Amino acid sequence: MIHKYRLNGFNIVLDVNSGAVHTVDDVVYDILDFYKETDADGIKARLADRYAAEEIDEGIGELKELEDNGMLFTEDVFADVIPKVENRNPVVKALCLHIAHDCNLKCRYCFAEEGEYHGKRELMSPEVGKKAIDFLIKNSGSRKNLEVDFFGGEPLLNFDTVKQTVEYARSIEKQHNKNFRFTITTNGILLNDEIQSYINENMSNVVLSIDGRKEVNDRMRPRAGGQGTYDVIMPKFKKLAESRNQTDYYVRGTFTRFNTDFAEDVLHLADMGFKQISVEPVVADPAEDYAIREEDLPAIYDEYERLALAILDRRAKGEYFNFFHFMIDLTGGPCVIKRMVGCGSGTEYLAVTPTGELYPCHQFVGIDGFKMGSVDTGIERPDIRKNFEGCNVYTKPECKKCWARFFCSGGCTANSWNTHGDLVTPYEIGCKMQRKRIECAIMIKAAEACSKD
Amino acid sequence: MKHISTLNTKLLQNTVEKGGCGECQTSCTVANQACENK
Repeated sequence: MIHKYRLNGFNIVLDVNSGAVHTVDDVVYDILDFYKETDADGIKARLADRYAAEEIDEGIGELKELEDNGMLFTEDVFADVIPKVENRNPVVKALCLHIAHDCNLKCRYCFAEEGEYHGKRELMSPEVGKKAIDFLIKNSGSRKNLEVDFFGGEPLLNFDTVKQTVEYARSIEKQHNKNFRFTITTNGILLNDEIQSYINENMSNVVLSIDGRKEVNDRMRPRAGGQGTYDVIMPKFKKLAESRNQTDYYVRGTFTRFNTDFAEDVLHLADMGFKQISVEPVVADPAEDYAIREEDLPAIYDEYERLALAILDRRAKGEYFNFFHFMIDLTGGPCVIKRMVGCGSGTEYLAVTPTGELYPCHQFVGIDGFKMGSVDTGIERPDIRKNFEGCNVYTKPECKKCWARFFCSGGCTANSWNTHGDLVTPYEIGCKMQRKRIECAIMIKAAEACSKD
Repeated sequence: MKHISTLNTKLLQNTVEKGGCGECQTSCTVANQACENK
């Protein structure tokens, strides 16, 4: 299986099952339309009005060489890996701690419904935070590196529990041969110098929520009284990003159908000096006026392309910033098994509510039927875990035939549940945007390789 | 090659035998995830 496309003057060919990427000239690009269905004479007959026979012979010869070397039309051998995936017995290696089911903002698109997650306002006690650490140590097997994300709602509404949980984990990690990596997400309203210092000393990564331009941000991320937040958070975020030397953080926004010109928001954040940027499509009930619809996709595709060109243009001038969704490693990256199973929700990654209940991930919290147990009792519903363990790109029928499967890893299981009521049918609009992002990311790599030559 | 330029080779097959240790960080990009067991 191959995927070929044209973008920014490049003819790009991806060999899906080897991961090899080639840039080709027009002759080879057109030969590929017929390469598998007819012989050299047939191809020459089809393309005689466009190319000389000698050129076509050369192109066919080069394609054959790639094919013989396992870099084109490579057979899919990964179905044989499935038993290894299914028998891998994953351990829990990451927890998302819902430090506060409460929030000081009223973001219109929040899947957590003002931080309450379909429930009531609650704060996690330090005791539950410590029990979560104990649960993670106990259920992580021989895995050394463990991850704990402080999430909400707004975690800074309950910062004492954050600090006590970190202190507890640090006090016992060595005796258990573990190494904790902490991360936190904040809307920035309560950020101050003291909290900034604490975050810089203790958090490996910090996510700063802001949507981009002032009018875009303030439309979707108001306070409870309706006032905008941009003017309050922007100076704090700039200061925090600088204090971390512009690494190990993201300014992270959400775009909706109200701003399908979201490249402007990304570039605005870059113009504000941020170097680590993510602006991501909203996932919402289709009935919401801000939800992305099928009819919005052409504009969104154009915008991703425009953003990719702007990134290349700025990099050529020495103005580098990183866009999360264009991050792709074509020479290393993860192993095939990781590419097949993706995020590990429900197996390697769990969410903990303020009262200590366990859910498959932060997006499943509060959804009926997905409570897996608690930090006191452990996993009480191994059947839920088993269902998630069975999710990979070969058990998802749409993913199995998709060219992007080894870069996307099967998409978001919560999105599948919210759109189809099952764990294996992907959210189609999300897939289409993801494929466009991967095309752009590969093109950026091709352009950078070309400029080096 | 005159008509084709290759950016990378065999990104995937090299990791079949050795993969799956689970030591890498959680992904929510996965395409850029570093292996922590090389």
